[in-house]
Amino acid sequence: MLLELQEITLAFGGLQALDRVSFAVPPGTVQAVIGPNGAGKTTLFNLITGFLAPQSGRVVFQGHEIQARPPFEVARLGIARTFQLVQLFDHMSVLENVMVGRHRLSRAGLLAGAVRLPWTRREDKSIREHALEDLAFVGLADRAHQPAAALPLGLKRLLEIARALAAEPTLLLLDEPASGLDAVETERLQEMILALRQRGLTILLVEHDMGLTMEVADQIAVLNYGQLIATGTPREVQKNPEVIAAYLGTDWQT
Amino acid sequence: MFASHLRKVGALALPLALLPPILELTRVYSYYTDVMVFVAIHSIIAAGLTLLLGYAGQISLGQAAFYGVGAYTSGILTTTLGISPWAAMLAGMLAGGLLAWVVGLPTLRLKGHYLAMATLGFGIIVYIFLNEAESLTGGPSGLAGIPNLSLGGLELNTPKRLFLLIWPLLGVILGLSANLVDSRTGRALRALHESEAAAQSLGVNTARVKIMIFVWSALYASLAGSLYAHTMNFIAPSSFGFMFSIKLVTMVVLGGMASIWGSLLGAAVLTVLPEILTMFHDYEVIIFGAILMVVMIFLPRGLVRGILDLWEFRRYKKEGGSIPT
Repeated sequence: MLLELQEITLAFGGLQALDRVSFAVPPGTVQAVIGPNGAGKTTLFNLITGFLAPQSGRVVFQGHEIQARPPFEVARLGIARTFQLVQLFDHMSVLENVMVGRHRLSRAGLLAGAVRLPWTRREDKSIREHALEDLAFVGLADRAHQPAAALPLGLKRLLEIARALAAEPTLLLLDEPASGLDAVETERLQEMILALRQRGLTILLVEHDMGLTMEVADQIAVLNYGQLIATGTPREVQKNPEVIAAYLGTDWQT
Repeated sequence: MFASHLRKVGALALPLALLPPILELTRVYSYYTDVMVFVAIHSIIAAGLTLLLGYAGQISLGQAAFYGVGAYTSGILTTTLGISPWAAMLAGMLAGGLLAWVVGLPTLRLKGHYLAMATLGFGIIVYIFLNEAESLTGGPSGLAGIPNLSLGGLELNTPKRLFLLIWPLLGVILGLSANLVDSRTGRALRALHESEAAAQSLGVNTARVKIMIFVWSALYASLAGSLYAHTMNFIAPSSFGFMFSIKLVTMVVLGGMASIWGSLLGAAVLTVLPEILTMFHDYEVIIFGAILMVVMIFLPRGLVRGILDLWEFRRYKKEGGSIPT
């Protein structure tokens, strides 16, 4: 298993955000986490990526326990993510945003950067080239020098994905990537996710768009009020009466 | 990338650099050179503060403290221990950097107003120390008899000689700063300013980067302090108080917070202005406050960008278009 959650529990005051949640993500698969709003999906992401610590339970990534480690350490182990509300570096260019993504794969420190040694220049050139490749993958290469803030939302989401890919992660967490996208953009996103899985990337996806989820997910985990109420293939989950009752009945979207 | 910076340096520095020899030849305004030495000294601090405040988004209302640490370390080591001014300058930078590291570790975990208050407090502590530790610093009456710097036997005891040392030094510092902004660390800095969470999620150790840039800006300020001590040959705590910290922030804001070259402009304007308006000396504090307010309200991106923006706005209005946001 690439990622395992073992009995993850977290409460905010009286609110039980996650209650003994356990599941495992095999490498090279797309796993979706669905559930009504407030079910704990983004909390789960924040917990995996180190922004929150569980009160009990473990997060095991590639055999190492990573719960309660700071976010930058988790990122350096090979986990990248996008955010529910896009967190781009607005005043930096599209290309620069993606270049920051390669931070963990580069070495130049403050002094080396200030003095601009030859090896630093070479490294920067390599960072730029890799970043352009990632931009090309999401189809934003022609916008490389525009300020990130100038992009429409759909393209901002793609940029955030390109930035996460620049870190060459082993595990990619996508938090509602289709939110705010139109049908054409969602189709593009779907193709992208499948292409990434083809490359061997493992993806954990939080989504409300059921059409997209059913198409890309190998496994689905369903959360409700912080509890895992079902896991299984899309087909199995669709038919699960508990799931239908808790979620698909009221929030069904195709 | 460096070529475009070189052009900007040339555009700004060349006319300024050529002016003193010309003016001295024509004997029009010989004290111009003296003022320009201070412009350079202030620019050095302002450049560091621009990196910290403009790029990394970390506010410091206590930068004058590092300026003071540099000045007094140089002053004390050269007068009481007879250490060479250059060695003392390095010691001053070391002291400033170390102090920044020690103060930065707990303080940079704070954000916004809390960070501002903490740096304000730290600045005041240093100021009080400089005043109270009379046996060490000479107290409020100051420290006199600070020797001049010497380069290869030539004593730098005239404004022109100091100018010819400090301006190239400023050029180097601005070059280093411009390089830094475009480097991996510079991108990490700007990223953490925009979204600390996103930066962390990409592997940036934001806590460490903040401290590093805080120390780096303190090194600039300490260096400037030492240069000041060897220029004036006399220092007093009154130069290193809260008022000067505010003046420095105003320079950065005026020049356009995220612009290295802007810091030079801001420093130039706010160093030359009080000289021109000596009649308003008593109201200097009010004027600085007013400038800060006006810039923040009307020209938040700084003087140059603000004026350019206004120009574009006028142009768009004429063409009947709407302003792109």
